[in-house]
Amino acid sequence: MRWIHTMSLRLRSLLRRSRVEDELDAEFRYHLDRQTEAFVERGLSPDEARAAARRAIGGVEQRKEECRDARRVSWIENLVRDLRHAARVLRGSPGFTCVAIVSLALGIGANTAIFQLLDAIRLRSLPVADAQELAEVRPAGGHGGMGLTNGFNSEMTNPLWEQIRDRQEAFSGIFAWGTTGFLMGRGAETQNLNGLWVSGDFFSVLRVAPARGRLIAAVDDQRGCGPRNAVISYAFWQGHFGGSDSAVGSTLTIFGKPIDVIGVTPPEFFGLEIGKRFDVALPICSAATWGNSLDQRHVWWLTVMGRLKPGWTIARASEHLRTISAGVFDATVPIGYEGTSRDVYRTFQLIAQPAGSGVSRLRAMYERSLWLLMGITGLVLLIACANLANLMLARGAAREREIAIRVAIGASRIRVAMQLLSESLLLAALGGVLGASIAAFLSRAVIAFLTTESDELHLDVGLDWRIFAFTASIALLTCVIFGLAPAVKSSLIEPGAVVKSGGRGTTMGRERFMVRRLLVAGQVSVSLILLVVALLFVRSFRNLITLDTGFRRSGIVLALFADLSGPRAAPDRRSAVLATQAMLLDEIRSVPRIEAAAVSTQFPLNGSSWTQGVRVQDERRGSSKFTYISADYFKTFGIPILAGRDVNDFDTGDGRKVVIVSEAFVRRFFANTNALGRLVRTVAEPGYPEALYEVVGVVGDTKYADLRDEIPPIAYVPIAQHPNLQSLKGIVFRSSAPLSDVIADVRRKVGAMNPNIVMQFGVFETQIRERLVRERLMAWLAGFFGALAALLATIGLYGVISYMVVSRRSEIGIRLALGASAPGIVLLILRETALLLSIGVAAGVVLSVMAARSAAVLLFGLSPHDAPTLVAAALLLVVTAGLAGYVPARRASKVDPMIALRCE
Amino acid sequence: MSKPSDLVQGTLDLLILKILALEPLHGWAISQRLKQVSGDVLQVSDGSLYPALHKLEQEGWITAVWKATENNRRAKFYELTRSGRKELERETANWQRLSTAISGIVKLKEA
Repeated sequence: MRWIHTMSLRLRSLLRRSRVEDELDAEFRYHLDRQTEAFVERGLSPDEARAAARRAIGGVEQRKEECRDARRVSWIENLVRDLRHAARVLRGSPGFTCVAIVSLALGIGANTAIFQLLDAIRLRSLPVADAQELAEVRPAGGHGGMGLTNGFNSEMTNPLWEQIRDRQEAFSGIFAWGTTGFLMGRGAETQNLNGLWVSGDFFSVLRVAPARGRLIAAVDDQRGCGPRNAVISYAFWQGHFGGSDSAVGSTLTIFGKPIDVIGVTPPEFFGLEIGKRFDVALPICSAATWGNSLDQRHVWWLTVMGRLKPGWTIARASEHLRTISAGVFDATVPIGYEGTSRDVYRTFQLIAQPAGSGVSRLRAMYERSLWLLMGITGLVLLIACANLANLMLARGAAREREIAIRVAIGASRIRVAMQLLSESLLLAALGGVLGASIAAFLSRAVIAFLTTESDELHLDVGLDWRIFAFTASIALLTCVIFGLAPAVKSSLIEPGAVVKSGGRGTTMGRERFMVRRLLVAGQVSVSLILLVVALLFVRSFRNLITLDTGFRRSGIVLALFADLSGPRAAPDRRSAVLATQAMLLDEIRSVPRIEAAAVSTQFPLNGSSWTQGVRVQDERRGSSKFTYISADYFKTFGIPILAGRDVNDFDTGDGRKVVIVSEAFVRRFFANTNALGRLVRTVAEPGYPEALYEVVGVVGDTKYADLRDEIPPIAYVPIAQHPNLQSLKGIVFRSSAPLSDVIADVRRKVGAMNPNIVMQFGVFETQIRERLVRERLMAWLAGFFGALAALLATIGLYGVISYMVVSRRSEIGIRLALGASAPGIVLLILRETALLLSIGVAAGVVLSVMAARSAAVLLFGLSPHDAPTLVAAALLLVVTAGLAGYVPARRASKVDPMIALRCE
Repeated sequence: MSKPSDLVQGTLDLLILKILALEPLHGWAISQRLKQVSGDVLQVSDGSLYPALHKLEQEGWITAVWKATENNRRAKFYELTRSGRKELERETANWQRLSTAISGIVKLKEA
């Protein structure tokens, strides 16, 4: 029970401090009174008696302090007092405090934010039970762009999936899934949903339990199932149905078909693609309702995953999959390819790879950027810590006298150290708190930045305590080590010496100053790295946006159409599509203020691509991009027709097949000679049999799928001669009027023409910008951190030079008194700046060249060792830091020699 | 100056406990009693007494109450607790062991 007693005493000392203090006073007072009386009785005068009594006790205040120590709570009291004192001291120098806290907070916050993002897209497991058992099955190295690929990470066709499902023995459960956009509703109310095709075992293998109703099961995924049984996500349930229980059993109209909702997934389940959130899931079998994708051997739209059997490793599963590969691929050779393509297909090998963290397009796109940003923010933290160390050392030096005096009048060194420590702790704590909020803000800001109209991101980024604790303790350590340095220093010197030496202090010795110089030179070199990287990304982004793409970008709208009136029988499908297409084009062309419009199967720069093998005069083999277009395509995009003609109405499906080729095509296949009238033979693909085309025109070069790609050879074929027209294609139009007005007009006109047609519009310029979001992010963030680093280095340099000027003031006074000129003094001080800068820059250049290599793949149109960038960054740093050195130098030259000398 | 180290380490605690075992006393009285009983052999400064008292109170071996003194002033009286009494027994036993051992060594005749 003793601890209760002790505890209550301690609490009493702590909580009722004044009471305890009073008692302590009274106790000592009583003792002194009685002792004085005793001495008086022995014949001393009252004054002498009191003095003797005090002497006997040996310093009342010290004794009281010893009593307080005996009560063992004084450290808490001391801490509170120290913190209060520290807060007062920090308030006293707001400049120092601000720089210290903000730089710490940015260092901690930026690191935490970037790590949180990395964790969210790369490191975290899927929110399903035992995610580490999941593995993906795919052809080693992918399917090489063969056939048609829908969706990200689609490495399987349905026939392949069925073969694997029936033959594999490595997985206790296996499932397939694919993502696609589902059009929900009718007419003007059509909404684009994030759709998910799932096989029957999808939910059971993932061990996802329903939040409401039931989930799709094996019985729901049987061939011939028709459009039935939708499962919706929790978020969609909340958003669309307001979380109502009546959602289960209600009906959604998907691609024009009514489908019953049978259940809701739990809130944490978002699908298997990180950063995305599915709305509605349908069984794979129901895809047959809208096409025959179940039997198409060249349409890659599924991802296959499974749960490894107990005891099976990825390697063992891969080994097993390899053994069944030949059978699986032999049984599913796509129809319509020529021999070599078929042989390539037969050589595919299945492998297993870990899938516990899901699949992510974000990962593919941003992982490298994020690691690089992680490195950048790590360096920022390093600079911030160096800066902080420098500031702390400068302050410590300035306070050495104060500390010496306090030690001289009896403060214990521990107490002095504790006080300095509490200042460091306070700084670190404030920096940490601010850092946590910066982290939260920054990670959300980055997600908002990456979220575009067409590509919404859903990432959960709560504060990551691991990385926060890690960065915060680095900051704390810096604060503590460099905050305590003066205390350690002062304990090594005799307080008397410091007090006696007056204003000069004893620490003008070079050795301390050396540390600070090294810190500044280090800061300069690291900030040069960051500046170089920043400039590289800014210039790379500039290269991309100022790139000559070969077509105009402004005022162009890309429109997609789908006819929900249902599929028609195959024979007249083609002519029906062509007819609707022509009507649509006429409607759009008749909208006022639309200057040009054309049909196109491909929209440039949106990442999609159609490549087909070509043969010229039966010898030169190669491949070319293909786009099927109507007349006025070149006019709409402002692509110059260099020779020959545009597509016209006489280019029909029955007539002679013609092609218009780009200059790059001419260079590649006709050795830059006259191409008009030459013949091009395509290589057969499923749905695209071999055909012979005559070149009737040559047009200017343009970019194709991606801004970053080289300009490829492109062949343009009239849409009427498209060999496999299944559905409505896109229409591009151009207008110089406000595009939102024009889009509204088109929507109205087409809606009036046929209410079964649903439309989607995109502004070309916006889409291009959105596809450069990674580059823009890197330019912004790298630029921001580069500037921040340069600023911190400048502050560091300024601090060191200022301090040097102050500590050399009397020397400068003497120099001036002896006849040195003001410019001479400026030069004297600047020499120091120049020395630090040149050491820093020299080291920085070497480090930058090494560091920039890691950024190489993210750069466009310049080498990571781009000399102008390096020179510009170095110049920028030298000029700003030089200015920071010049200001104190100039102040030094203004020193009044008399005042400086009198200070001695 | 006069630290408890003038005494054998830890003996001050023992002395205080022993004195308080006889009757509750306030600080000054304890200091007088110490001087009385030990004569000039043990130099216990008034200063080191109070931290020792506070430490013993903290340990729970003695408790304090404010009471009127013989000359009718209020003073802080310390008295032994039950655990203090046990501690005293322990310390006394320790001390006796130690002193017997030491005196045994001291009494050894040189060969």
